[in-house]
Amino acid sequence: MIKIAQLSCGTEYSGVQYEIEKAARAVGAKMVHPDVETSEIDRSIRDFGFNPVSAQLKLMIARAIHLAEGRYDADAVFIATCFRCAEGALVRNELRRYIQQHTDLPVVTYSFTERMKANQLLTRMEALVTIVSRKELLARERQIGITAGIDSGSTTTKSVVMVDNKIVGKSWGPSGEVLESAESTLNDALEQAGLKLSDLEAIGTTGYGRYTIGKKMNAKLVQEELTTNSKGAVWLAERQRGEATILDIGGMDNKAITVRDGIPDNFTMGGICAGASGRFLEIVSRRLKVEVTELGALADEGDWRAINMNSYCSVFGIQDLVTSLAEGHTRADVAAAACHSVAEQIYEQQLQEIDVRDPVIQVGGTSLISGMVNAVGEILGKAPIVPPDSQFIGAVGGALLSSGFLEG
Amino acid sequence: MKIFIDPPNSLILFDLVERFGHEPLSVMATIQERVDNLEIDMPPMNVSLDDVKKGLDYAGIEVPSGIRGRLAVWGPLIDEAEAAIIMEDAPYSFGCVGCHRTNLLVEYLVRKRGIPTLEIDYPHDEEEARNMVIKVKEFLEGLQ
Repeated sequence: MIKIAQLSCGTEYSGVQYEIEKAARAVGAKMVHPDVETSEIDRSIRDFGFNPVSAQLKLMIARAIHLAEGRYDADAVFIATCFRCAEGALVRNELRRYIQQHTDLPVVTYSFTERMKANQLLTRMEALVTIVSRKELLARERQIGITAGIDSGSTTTKSVVMVDNKIVGKSWGPSGEVLESAESTLNDALEQAGLKLSDLEAIGTTGYGRYTIGKKMNAKLVQEELTTNSKGAVWLAERQRGEATILDIGGMDNKAITVRDGIPDNFTMGGICAGASGRFLEIVSRRLKVEVTELGALADEGDWRAINMNSYCSVFGIQDLVTSLAEGHTRADVAAAACHSVAEQIYEQQLQEIDVRDPVIQVGGTSLISGMVNAVGEILGKAPIVPPDSQFIGAVGGALLSSGFLEG
Repeated sequence: MKIFIDPPNSLILFDLVERFGHEPLSVMATIQERVDNLEIDMPPMNVSLDDVKKGLDYAGIEVPSGIRGRLAVWGPLIDEAEAAIIMEDAPYSFGCVGCHRTNLLVEYLVRKRGIPTLEIDYPHDEEEARNMVIKVKEFLEGLQ
């Protein structure tokens, strides 16, 4: 049983502790709470150097120090505090850094409200468990044999066929009916590769529809997207060794993942606000009457500073953009403002939860929108790497990792 | 009389109130009642989503859920209280609710009620402790 140490404040009074434990159980793990002597708390606070006023935050710090000192055994760490608590946010972030500096334990942070349900945590918990329990599989850097990866995303479904560490077929299309979209894109990819379904030695599935597709296609690997996307991104960017940050801005949710030698050690997932996702760019494209694929080039010609956007919201933010058009601003400026808005929100809300490590590898469907990549680069002060086939990361990760099952 | 104590889980204050003939309104009993309630399955405190919503009676939606959930537990005790004892600057080992913001709001809600309230400092030596007990005794004996 994988033991996930919980460092938290407020979960038991927010009605979410049960949800956290349910999510852990669902992926074969259990939450554990490092035991700390009361007399040790003050010593821990002194050693740590940050003395929060709230006692439960003091306890969080003492628990983290016990983990770092090896006085309590755990496989991964889950750090959570109440959404909108400033003191909690400070401690949560500093403890995440402390755990990463002083241990090899994978860590995930979360800021919860009373509405948090187990299924919101499942992907994160599954990724933590995978990092702990499948280290050998995650260390795989080369794809072998004939394998396919299917990434059933919220907006698009992507399939890739790989043979001996090369992509030989790839296809993507809008996600409609889950199985139909998967079969259609896989058939296209197989056709490109000149192969048949029966030639495949292994299939790996990921994304929202991974369980349904995995069951139907008898996939050897059914894996959450944090793990597959990380592997796919570092493989495509040829950055399998060393550190990197993967920024995956998808159609519905975003992931920011730090990796060391291709293995995630910290990640955040967004998905509450449409204004910080590819969906926002789709809505803007419709308003500007351009295909979303053309939005990036249009944004490159514009200046986001010319537009007054008072909200990141996909309703009120769009209203600002429409007003700007009515005032005579150019479509290019509006496109640039939309890209900047998404990038800025991701920077403010997600990238603050991790320590960005160079290089930043930008992937996912929105990485094909050049204006979006430029906006991220401007905000970060460094240009992200966009590898070829950057929208296929999940499918590539699935094909790569599933090939690990071909060797005894 | 029903006496609210702060920190709400202080065993010493609980004992003093009981010893001097009043009914301490403590969280121990409230939480025990919740934990024993078989109809709620939200361990460990059995504070549910509905409770956190009830916490809105005491703090707005922009206030973190952990504070509203705590207030759902001790807010009704403050409403019920006829008098209160607040101990300032008590160390967490004396009793605490874990969250300093909740502490601040609990104290404010007690003061806002306008019920007889004794505010005392945490004693740091034997003499201060003796004085504290005397003050508590006089306060409780003076309540009618």
